[in-house]
Amino acid sequence: MAQRVGIIGFGQTYHRSHRDDVNGVELINEAVRAALEDAGLTIDDIDAVVIGNMDHFEAVNYVDTWSVDGSGAWMKPLIKLTTGGTTGSTLGIAGYHHAASGLFDVVLVIGWEKNSESDTTGAIITCSDPIFDRFSFSGALPGLAVEASAYIKRYGIKEEDAARVAVRDRAHGANNPYAQLQTPVTIEEVMQSPMLSWPIKLLDICPRSDGAAAVIFAGERKARQLCSQPAWVHYTAVRHSHTYFGDVDYTRLHTLEAAVQELYHHMGIKEPLKELDVVELYQPYSFAGLKWIEAMGLCKPGESPRLIWDGVTDMGGELPFNPSGGVICTNCIGATGLLRIGEAALQVMDRAIGRQVPDVNLALATGFGGAYWSDLMLLGKKPW
Amino acid sequence: MSRSAEENIIFDGRIRMPYKWAAGETSSYFLTQLRDHAKLWGTRCSVCQVIFIPPRKNCPRCVTADTTWVELPSRGVLQTFAVIYFSEPLLQPSEPPYIYGIVKLDGADTGLTHFLGEVAPGELRSGMRMEAVFKNKEDRSGLITDLLYFRPEGGSAS
Amino acid sequence: MTDIAIVGMAQTPYRRRRDDANFAELIYGVTCEALDDAGLEIGDIDNFITVSNDFWDGRTISSMAVQDACGSSFDGGRNVSTVEGDGTFGLLYGMMRILSGAYQTTLVVVHCKGSEGNMRLITNGMFDYIYTRPLGIEATGAAALQARRYMDKYKLTEEDFAHVSIKNRGNALRNPNAQLAETLSLDQVMASKPIASPLKLHDISPISDGAAAVVLAHRNVANKLGRKPVWVKGIAHCSEAHFLGDRDLAEAPALRDAAFRAYQMAGIEDPFAEIDLVELYDAYSYMEPLWFEELGFCPKGKGAELIRLGATAFDGPLPVNPSGGVLSAHAVLVAGLARVIEASLQIRGEAGERQVEGPVELALAHGINGPCGQSHCVVILGE
Repeated sequence: MAQRVGIIGFGQTYHRSHRDDVNGVELINEAVRAALEDAGLTIDDIDAVVIGNMDHFEAVNYVDTWSVDGSGAWMKPLIKLTTGGTTGSTLGIAGYHHAASGLFDVVLVIGWEKNSESDTTGAIITCSDPIFDRFSFSGALPGLAVEASAYIKRYGIKEEDAARVAVRDRAHGANNPYAQLQTPVTIEEVMQSPMLSWPIKLLDICPRSDGAAAVIFAGERKARQLCSQPAWVHYTAVRHSHTYFGDVDYTRLHTLEAAVQELYHHMGIKEPLKELDVVELYQPYSFAGLKWIEAMGLCKPGESPRLIWDGVTDMGGELPFNPSGGVICTNCIGATGLLRIGEAALQVMDRAIGRQVPDVNLALATGFGGAYWSDLMLLGKKPW
Repeated sequence: MSRSAEENIIFDGRIRMPYKWAAGETSSYFLTQLRDHAKLWGTRCSVCQVIFIPPRKNCPRCVTADTTWVELPSRGVLQTFAVIYFSEPLLQPSEPPYIYGIVKLDGADTGLTHFLGEVAPGELRSGMRMEAVFKNKEDRSGLITDLLYFRPEGGSAS
Repeated sequence: MTDIAIVGMAQTPYRRRRDDANFAELIYGVTCEALDDAGLEIGDIDNFITVSNDFWDGRTISSMAVQDACGSSFDGGRNVSTVEGDGTFGLLYGMMRILSGAYQTTLVVVHCKGSEGNMRLITNGMFDYIYTRPLGIEATGAAALQARRYMDKYKLTEEDFAHVSIKNRGNALRNPNAQLAETLSLDQVMASKPIASPLKLHDISPISDGAAAVVLAHRNVANKLGRKPVWVKGIAHCSEAHFLGDRDLAEAPALRDAAFRAYQMAGIEDPFAEIDLVELYDAYSYMEPLWFEELGFCPKGKGAELIRLGATAFDGPLPVNPSGGVLSAHAVLVAGLARVIEASLQIRGEAGERQVEGPVELALAHGINGPCGQSHCVVILGE
């Protein structure tokens, strides 16, 4: 029987560029034990486990069965999902459906990556079609640079506008003891950082991180029994539309537009800027913090710089983005989308120590990956 | 639309990527003990009391990180074995045929998968006593293959 | 009993190489056929599950290759997710997304082209990289360790396992989709080339290319369609330890646990008496009796004897793998969903030449993940 679902626990590692002191299985276990402790549970309380990452970052096939020693899935139902950058949000959504289906009551969801163990770009390049795309337009950076330059050209956006987004997230990251990058940066520092692929500079883009995240979802009865303030799952929406990078319209992020329209329509949200209280945006580089908030309908196309410079999305602003510091401060890729969900849950649960936004009723977490795909999960203080 | 072509083109590809896998502190201790002292160590879960080899930082069953080191002898009992005849030069460490076995070291609760050596396949029986043969110290490099293979206890059976 | 039914299905023939079609083209084909089978159009589908594996496909984010082909990008895009594992796990997650109340209909698609990769390297990649991979161990070497342990513990012989290959490859003669269909003699199997002793060439499944699709629907939709729905009456999955040495390879406690919960959901008390047909994941001959026993059809160690006596033959009291099973076609991720499709065709009475005698009211399908069946999914299907 279908049931409502709440998040009742969240654990994460202290994310770093290199975690040579643990292997992948042990890194996973750190997040699992942190989540169990956070929820006040033992592994015996877990009914099913969901795990994912991106295979080619560590060259581990069948990560679900390989990682059982760390995930605690020994003699438990176990499934693996992976969808590229959206893996973490895909996992969180799967945790929701596991519990919502009524088949399982308490579900442990794990996302992780040890990006230090491989050449990140080398691994990402293999996502492209081997015959038509892989030899040319490939890897994360070229696509993002095309998106950014198309956006700049169309709306007269300045590189400084994007730098302001990076400055915001790096300032927020200073409040998050788990973030990999915890030092604030200035507009000048961003502008003077090395150019990677115009207009993207080093400080515009996310780092590569080693880290893991674990989120515990529970059906309504269990959630109420085990947690005084669960973060209730209100809605999820997903668009993984494209196969070829050449099919993407780089002037807009259609997948995010379609997913938020589905979500707003379903939830009756008419003025997202007013109705949402906090957003954890899967924002792998600064320009996304401009263009994608337009796709979310927070302002008209081309008008996002005003919101950013006015501090609307800063801590203390009308709709704070990425109180955790977001992806620009930490990007352990298979965990990244799940970190957005976990951090959004902490905001709803009023437990985001050092980075809490006051009076959060609704929190939105997003995922991004693949060929410009988008995932959404809306969390709320009361069950919906 | 007719999609039949005169020929079907096959595109050769190979993903060749370098990886740097961290063994982590726990396995690093095991591997350096193997390299420097030809010793095998397991871990005991303080809750379940199960002794695991390879060693685990956390118990795989109850997930506690409260585990302690246990030195294990390099002798034990053969659980099962397989004789490899197929050839895959991209993968195999030596020319087939060669033999895999799982050996449960005395005192351990789990078995260690490794090669068997100094024995003909026909002489192998599950339940046999086996002992580890290590590489010479100067050849050991901190890999699981510093343990060369297990052979029937007391030396070669053949 | 659940509220979910299989209302459409399709699979490709399984062949050693499908040079004529890439992943997307295989998926497009089975998608169209499964929708036709269900009497639905792509616009009727509100949820998609793709199943793929980055290692087998030689591509990270392997699901990218089939998003257009399965229709998830239709009409500005639909809700979609991707499972990496056996197709039965994709079916399971597709079901969950309907049971949660979020969606009404789900298309599950799965593809694999074993011909395009190197099975030995790919399956070596599923073992831990510190202790096991450096030994060069891969799926078949590990399976040989399991086969030997199973033989030793329950006093079985290589001949016992040979009878599985004889039965299943013989059954495959009735299945046009099978890749290896042949009449084998005991001598032929026993004299076949040793690959990883005790496993010989005829004990081992082939490497195959193929794809499959299943349309799932909630009761509300299923009952309105013309086709006879095949109900998912029970489903459960479970994993055990990873290191081979942590396991007693002659036992499959994870399968026992999954079967127990699937039977509970389906209200089955005596599986041998109640279930009419079994399609299980026999990647190697020894796996059929081992899984059969852990599914509770007979006492431990007795599965081989039942096979020898013909109890699981095509015309026996409980046919096992009348399709020819995985021993006759093994498009890895597809193979579990192919078991589901074969069992469902039998329930519909549409299995053609391979339709077994007598009605099939209740059938079991099974899929595995990881080395030596570390993780299992059990599906109970019924009228």
